[in-house]
Amino acid sequence: MDVTKLTMLAALSVAALTGCQATKPLYHYGSYQSNVYEHFKNEDSAVTEEIEALEQTISESSRNKLQVGPGIYAHLGFLYLQSGQRDTGLGYLQKEKQLYPESATFIDFLLKNAKAGQS
Amino acid sequence: MSNIKAFSSLAMVLAMLSTLAGCASSQAPMDYSAFKQSNPKSILVLPPTNQTTEVIAPYGVLANVTVPLAEAGYYVFPVALVNETFKNNGLTVAEDIHAVAPKKLDDIFGADAVLYIDIEEYGTSYAVLSSDTVVVVKARLTDIKTNAILWEGKASAASSEQSGGNGGGIVGMLVEAAVKQIMETAMDTGFQIAAIASNRLLSPEAHNGLLYGPRSPKHGKEKPAK
Repeated sequence: MDVTKLTMLAALSVAALTGCQATKPLYHYGSYQSNVYEHFKNEDSAVTEEIEALEQTISESSRNKLQVGPGIYAHLGFLYLQSGQRDTGLGYLQKEKQLYPESATFIDFLLKNAKAGQS
Repeated sequence: MSNIKAFSSLAMVLAMLSTLAGCASSQAPMDYSAFKQSNPKSILVLPPTNQTTEVIAPYGVLANVTVPLAEAGYYVFPVALVNETFKNNGLTVAEDIHAVAPKKLDDIFGADAVLYIDIEEYGTSYAVLSSDTVVVVKARLTDIKTNAILWEGKASAASSEQSGGNGGGIVGMLVEAAVKQIMETAMDTGFQIAAIASNRLLSPEAHNGLLYGPRSPKHGKEKPAK
């Protein structure tokens, strides 16, 4: 696979993503997909590096003036909880709910569990 | 030599066009009445069932479904956290998760619709002259409250679609095949091909594809009622 083919592959995925018409994306995802993949592949994956990549994704999205894609704040919040940074973690879970009210039931469930786990 | 290069680029462009032309397929149109009536805002994607021997297949697919669904205008529950939640409740087998009562899923996630994915093919087959990575996925979207089927679809993608012709004769082909096999494993072509297959499966622009969700500016504007 040379560079041309890689470019073609990228173009093809973009074409597949946007379908017949090219449109501006609704959200910014940054490294989210590959982070999720690595996260699944290896459960003890370096949480610190995953957090760093997603924090960068979030700052990129404000630079690109796109909303952070659904699930990213929640995923990041979960990583912070895992690494013992409880307040930051809970804050990011709240942020997901604020940005995406559709997530309220699930986020409340996660918050309740996180609190129960602590007290 | 440059002619051959130009030809292979042309072949790839043609391959791309034929992919896009999939939008204008002549398959019988799907009945969207249940979908429109349900009008889901959020989609819970369950860990996919896997008919292949690739243990990594569900991860490759699951990591690639959020973007097409979100861009289609739906809220997508964070797939890793969803998976974690099932695990914490003792559910680690996708078949068992797919069998959970929708009412129970609704209680925990509060989703409007559930996407059940089945992976039919995933992985690289190695042959002397070529290797090919193929991903075939099918999916069913149901209303979490009524369990009614809102939509069903199937899509595939293959790394061979992107390979151009080559002018190296039989020796060149052998070398290319060897290099490609190494590349496809090292660069995890499975993940890339899964991305293409997932996008094809879940793009509302595909023939008989999903409807646009409420977060998309195209919501409610497509596919006139039948």
